Amino acid sequence: MKLITAIVKPYRLDEVKTALQELGIHGLTVTEASGYGRQRGHTEVYRGAEYQVDLVPKVRIEVVVEDAESDAVIDAIVRAAHTGKIGDGKVWAVPVETVVRVRTGERGPDAL
Amino acid sequence: MTPLAAAHVDTGDTAWLLAATALVLLMTPGLALFYGGMVRTKSVLNMLMMSFVSIALVTVVWLAAGYSLAFGDDAFGGLIGDLGHAGMAGLGPDSVQGTVPTLLFATFQLTFAIITAALISGAIADRAKFAAWLVFVPVWALLVYVPVTHWVWGSGGWIVSRLGALDFAGGLPVEITSGASGLALCLVLGPRLGFKKDAMRPHNLPMVVLGAGLLWFGWFGFNAGSALGANGLAAAVFLNTLAAGCTGLLGWLFVEQKRDGHPTTLGAASGAVAGLVAITPSCGSVSLLGALVVGLAAGAVCSYAVGWKFRLNYDDSLDVVGVHLVGGVIGTLLIGVFAVDTMTGGTEGLLYGGGLTQLGRQLVAVAVVAAYAFGVTYGIGTVLDRTLGFRADEDQEYTGLDLTVHAETAYDHGVLGHGAPVGHSVLPSAQKVKPPE
Repeated sequence: MKLITAIVKPYRLDEVKTALQELGIHGLTVTEASGYGRQRGHTEVYRGAEYQVDLVPKVRIEVVVEDAESDAVIDAIVRAAHTGKIGDGKVWAVPVETVVRVRTGERGPDAL
Repeated sequence: MTPLAAAHVDTGDTAWLLAATALVLLMTPGLALFYGGMVRTKSVLNMLMMSFVSIALVTVVWLAAGYSLAFGDDAFGGLIGDLGHAGMAGLGPDSVQGTVPTLLFATFQLTFAIITAALISGAIADRAKFAAWLVFVPVWALLVYVPVTHWVWGSGGWIVSRLGALDFAGGLPVEITSGASGLALCLVLGPRLGFKKDAMRPHNLPMVVLGAGLLWFGWFGFNAGSALGANGLAAAVFLNTLAAGCTGLLGWLFVEQKRDGHPTTLGAASGAVAGLVAITPSCGSVSLLGALVVGLAAGAVCSYAVGWKFRLNYDDSLDVVGVHLVGGVIGTLLIGVFAVDTMTGGTEGLLYGGGLTQLGRQLVAVAVVAAYAFGVTYGIGTVLDRTLGFRADEDQEYTGLDLTVHAETAYDHGVLGHGAPVGHSVLPSAQKVKPPE
């Protein structure tokens, strides 16, 4: 199994969700996140004082899938989150040792 | 504010002043929101509390001695009143001041003292020891607000009676004393940790706008109520107040658009307040044209003045100096330019053929009041700092005063706080029953 983590622009979340549902992935976790990469922050002005805001708001999407589905899921997320502008985000995958469904105690791919 | 000699109560005047008094009282909670929205989440409650407790603290000292020292018979050379009415002695339902009950006049004046003390808190946001503030407010009200008020509006007070300077609704006792005192106190306490380094963004601008709206609403009571009657002067003052708030707002936004490229919400709220500050002393003496210019000048100049603290290194956190001191000085001085005899009943400013005389009187009044308020407040602040300590501890300041002083947090955001709170269990003492042993 693989844990796929995607950091994307918040307003692309709906597209990513739809794309994953079309692949039959039912279940993901979304967290509001902030960070920066090549995209620089922005400035805000309060009573003439300028503040540089470095951290840009993003959403972090996490989904655990079977190894065979991993590449398709990554591609789907990338296609759905893509705008072509700086700040589109990153997607990565790491191996997962085990997964347990809390309600039933099922383990491994059955728990997905 | 001209005390009249007539000794019977006018019901119309009394009705208006009752309403105006309630309006002015509402300004202090309004100020609490105006300031509260500008600080960071971790100390918004402390900011609200500094204003809110001022209502209670100032009321007690005002009734005990403040009113008598400010408005009692002159005791010494136009400098201070006597203690004849200490504890409101000798005043009852039948006492009359001008055409209104004396008790109402005293309460109206009390609401001015309250908001003036509360205004100072903006200069020392996020870092003052609350216990020291509780001592500072009553002492400051007696040593700074009360004497200056006597000089301006008390019987025989030297600024109006001898010098001949004009101040209709409180440019000197309210705006300039609070601004100069704020400057003194922020110098005593020193800058917030991280001043000029960390972003200290206002945490809730809608709250700031709500506060500014309540201030503006209450300001009609503040200024038009100062006519002490329901009459044509009150109406003219009311209109001047609206006009100056509007041009203040526009002036500030215009500068922002030119200088920073964006008209901001905080700028609109601040500009309206700056215009209202400047029209406070002048609303009863300038023409409508004068009011428009006074507001515009205050909005434009104050939008620059709020930046001085970064260059001169004083952390006047919420710009009490940049808005109230600077706006108050502008409004008080411009009386010397725009005063018209239809409003003042005699005095004319530079623009209406009165020459430089009135401008000179206004300048003297401004200089003396600013210097007095700054000096005495610096003294009070220093004594409190050396004894009780006026500056919060470093970890209190980092953690935020809401949690460390008041044991509260303003907001419960996020899934972890909803419904059945995670990480918050009820302590046995809060259940009012002791757990079985």
